Amino acid sequence: MKFYRSHILIGIDDSSLAAGVKEIEALLRSELQKNNLSDEINILETGTLGLFGTGVSMTVFPEQVTYVNLTAADVPEIVSEHFLKGRPVTRLALKAPLKKHYDYNYKNRIVLANSGKINPEDIKDYLAAGGYEAWEKALLIMQPGEVVDEVKASGLRGRGGAGFPTGLKWSFTAPIKAEQKLFVINADEGEPGTFKDRLIMEGDPHKLLEGIMIGSYAVGATKAYIYIRGEYKLCIHRLEIAIKDAYEYGLLGNNIFDSGFDLDIYIKIGAGAYVCGEETALIESMEGNRGNPRSKPPFPGVQGAWQLPTVVNNVETIANVPAIITNGSEWYKGYGPDGCSGTKVFTIMGDVNLPGLCEVDMGTSLRTIIDEFGGGVKEGHQFKAALVGGAAGVFLPIERLDVNMDYNSLRNYAAVLGSGAILVMDERADIVDMLYSVIRFFRHESCGKCSPCANGNEMLYKLISKIRKGKGAPEDLYNMDKVAEAMFHSSFCALGQSLVMPIRSAIEHFKADFLKRIN
Amino acid sequence: MSKMINLTVDGIEVQVPEGTAIISAAKKAGKNIPTLCYHPDLPATANCGVCVVEIEKSPLKRACCTPVWEGMNVTTNSHKLRELRKTLVELTLSNHDVVCPTCVQNGKCELQDLAYHLGIQASDLPSLLEKKPIDYSSPSIVRDPNKCINCGRCITVCAQTQTVFALTLDGRGFETMVTTSFDRGMANSPCVNCGQCTVYCPVGALREQTHIDSVWDALLDPDKYVIVQEAPAVRATLGEEFGMNPEEVTVGKMYAALRSMGFDRVFDTNFTADLTIMEEGMELINRVVTGGKLPVITSCSPGWIKFMETYFPCVAENVSTCKSPQQMFGTMIKTYFAEKEGIDPSKIVSVSIMPCTAKKFEAQRPEMRDSGFQDVDYVLTTRELIRMIEEAGLDFKNLPDEKADNLMGEYTGAATIFGATGGVMEAAVRTAYFVLAGKEMADLNLTPFRGMAGIKEANLVVPLKDGGELPLHVAVAHGLGNARKLMERVVAGEVFHFIEIMACPGGCVGGGGQPFGSSIADRARRGQSLYKEDAAAVKRTSHSNSEVMKAYADFLGEPNSHKAHQLLHTNYFERSKVTGDCVKAVTHKH
Repeated sequence: MKFYRSHILIGIDDSSLAAGVKEIEALLRSELQKNNLSDEINILETGTLGLFGTGVSMTVFPEQVTYVNLTAADVPEIVSEHFLKGRPVTRLALKAPLKKHYDYNYKNRIVLANSGKINPEDIKDYLAAGGYEAWEKALLIMQPGEVVDEVKASGLRGRGGAGFPTGLKWSFTAPIKAEQKLFVINADEGEPGTFKDRLIMEGDPHKLLEGIMIGSYAVGATKAYIYIRGEYKLCIHRLEIAIKDAYEYGLLGNNIFDSGFDLDIYIKIGAGAYVCGEETALIESMEGNRGNPRSKPPFPGVQGAWQLPTVVNNVETIANVPAIITNGSEWYKGYGPDGCSGTKVFTIMGDVNLPGLCEVDMGTSLRTIIDEFGGGVKEGHQFKAALVGGAAGVFLPIERLDVNMDYNSLRNYAAVLGSGAILVMDERADIVDMLYSVIRFFRHESCGKCSPCANGNEMLYKLISKIRKGKGAPEDLYNMDKVAEAMFHSSFCALGQSLVMPIRSAIEHFKADFLKRIN
Repeated sequence: MSKMINLTVDGIEVQVPEGTAIISAAKKAGKNIPTLCYHPDLPATANCGVCVVEIEKSPLKRACCTPVWEGMNVTTNSHKLRELRKTLVELTLSNHDVVCPTCVQNGKCELQDLAYHLGIQASDLPSLLEKKPIDYSSPSIVRDPNKCINCGRCITVCAQTQTVFALTLDGRGFETMVTTSFDRGMANSPCVNCGQCTVYCPVGALREQTHIDSVWDALLDPDKYVIVQEAPAVRATLGEEFGMNPEEVTVGKMYAALRSMGFDRVFDTNFTADLTIMEEGMELINRVVTGGKLPVITSCSPGWIKFMETYFPCVAENVSTCKSPQQMFGTMIKTYFAEKEGIDPSKIVSVSIMPCTAKKFEAQRPEMRDSGFQDVDYVLTTRELIRMIEEAGLDFKNLPDEKADNLMGEYTGAATIFGATGGVMEAAVRTAYFVLAGKEMADLNLTPFRGMAGIKEANLVVPLKDGGELPLHVAVAHGLGNARKLMERVVAGEVFHFIEIMACPGGCVGGGGQPFGSSIADRARRGQSLYKEDAAAVKRTSHSNSEVMKAYADFLGEPNSHKAHQLLHTNYFERSKVTGDCVKAVTHKH
């Protein structure tokens, strides 16, 4: 076995690839070689480092120095100064502890425990980190019913937005007798400003697979599908590698571990419609039809894709499952408040110093997340609003900064946790413009099946455009509310129902921004 | 027996089978929940959202697609629901070409009614309407996207009831619209022109290509000799539209109205319905006796013919070569009638009144010119005739009962029932039995072929006049979805001798040219009226029609003669499933 003086972890994700990480990595290797350091310094490719908008980033161990926004010109300096002379280039390094999440001693990671630490394209890395122990335990020691009960007891709730208890969902499908049941992962992450599932899959694809295996076993599904958005090229690539390796290691296929249980996992690539994140529209799309939502009942758990009982779960939800099985539901309940146990991955964007993602206990306050994990509101500016829960979320004003980010606490403010997106705006932001983009998004993504949503979105777009151009009248605000209310009550699916939240909250808390345009 | 569920609708307790939607349960409680997209004949599309109701301890739910549960307490009207419905109807109106006075659906429009009932005054919501071109490509059906409210009924009836798959949703969000594949127009689609979409459209976005102006022009032109024929199903419908007892067959008043409007001769398609039976019945007997292609499948329904040409060209040789009664009539007018009366056929304008939109397409088929002219010049639907009667200012209800003109006006009860599903079968069996057995059937009422069951089958045993028996396995299907099922059985090799197919559910009484909103119940009732007229008729078999016999004696020779084949028979094509265009001829004229 080879020992190295230092390890460099390079985050390879979609954004760093776009910033040219591969070229910089090659340059780094050649610079190390030139300095005869190849045997002393090891380069490891890993998933996301949890940062966003920091271009090419890497962390050097054991010093735990993180370089961000690297360019080719920086490489020779880092090699000669840091690796040869042992003097980290502080000018290029992230100023710890700006981002608490980035502290490798920070323990509250379940879903992202391996992200940024292991090579996602090597199953051995995952196994070394304790991977697939939970699968072995579930399959060989536990009965499917016990798995369902354990997940039920853990209090895990769906991380896709609705927050439905996962174990309960499974318990509807598990007892159904059917020739074939399906386990489907909703990886069609389309909520604006949400990229947690992408980074989970890019950083630790095996964790998702292990969760799928356990979930499929629990409900008796022998086929599983990952419905993933087509833009997630790197995720698809890494999942394909992971699935292939899992088959090779006997973790998938027929008669796994001689247990008599069969499981195959397939990847289905979506074509990019937001509405296909709605589970029945996702199922329609999977079947090859136009992605329009279906009537419920029958619920997918009873009659889903191709009329088969189908459990649909979000990526993050299922990535929690292996740890619950390994450590037990009591351990899991140690995270987060009652009724909202576990951790939550948030994506923090907008006017903060360090946009990116973090995994924290459910119920952590919005202020803590912004200040400690997002690096605080952009220097020299003041917090104005946060759009929480995605585009279909709620604008929270400064008075609500101390709200605890969990399902139940947010409900008190008519807000939702949604996908866990937090868009921070400072005093320069105009809420009318923000709301305009939200509405324009929904107008574009409405599937057109039901008139309240199709016509309603167009009407809202017309009204907000009018206000934005300074041609609005006071009754336009009233009409926007009236239309959004009608859409909330009568739209066929959550897409049309949810627009009332951003509209109501924007007008309620930031009326001045609107009146400025109207008067 | 399914489990019964107890619920309360506006304080009224009702019990309905498990799985019933709230909207049907409310109906049982005497409450009509407003809706723009739901129709009781069709599966819910759940598109409009207007039918939302309040349910105790639950968010609002759509009544059309939410099944009842035990102890459910439903409120169908409240301040909140009214405001909500008003907003939804206002939104729909804001994206609708509101041209009510000139709209064919004026007075029958479900959007107009709902807006009126909700008392919607001028809305301060801006208009969303972006005018799109109207699709006039089809000879039968006009599609006006500016009126469409995307209720989805047309797609449901086209795809699920008729399995034609001509209409689809295109685009996304607000741009979503009902159109044909690749938006190439109805004429360049597999549309079979059955017009069921027009019957179920709540707002007049789908309607017939109108021939009203052309017919008035002909009527008001002194140089033209204008002749009219009327299909059996039309007379079963006019009464209900003019506020008469809907069970009344109004044939005498219909003749009077047409004469009063200026038609030079008022004949009756029923005449050629009897003629069709003579031709088709003989074709059936010949094929059975000589070991020809079986089963014989009827050819009266032009929607079915185009469907067959598109989806089942493999059975084209089974389909009777007989033209439909409308087309036989058209040829006979410009040959037999013209010759008899010494009228120049180029001056004759032949008009038909049909319960059908596909007849407009059929009349324009290039092979339908055996008289040397287009055999049928204009086709009016029942709906168009009603508008013309109204324009002419006739008090239909109080018109005297008149008779059709001689030569091609006589008909029998067998012809009348052509308008109902199973009627052609019944009429054909009556005559085939007479020819084979040498005597009339003891009971002319063949009840197994009557009623609204989708596919009706029977095993008949016909005694032969020289001894022995002829067993016949026969079947009747109406609605193209049922036709498809039956054809799949034929293709799979199941043995049938004779099959009747009508494109529209209920047969012609449910045709695509019948009044907007014709429900399955309306269709069943109209069929009953026709059977009643048949029962009261003096002559009930086609072979007893003396004018038909005269036409054979004076002009055609005998059934299936060379001349009859020249004038009364046709051939079929294979069509593209994508564009509906002819690919090649699959049968040829003798």
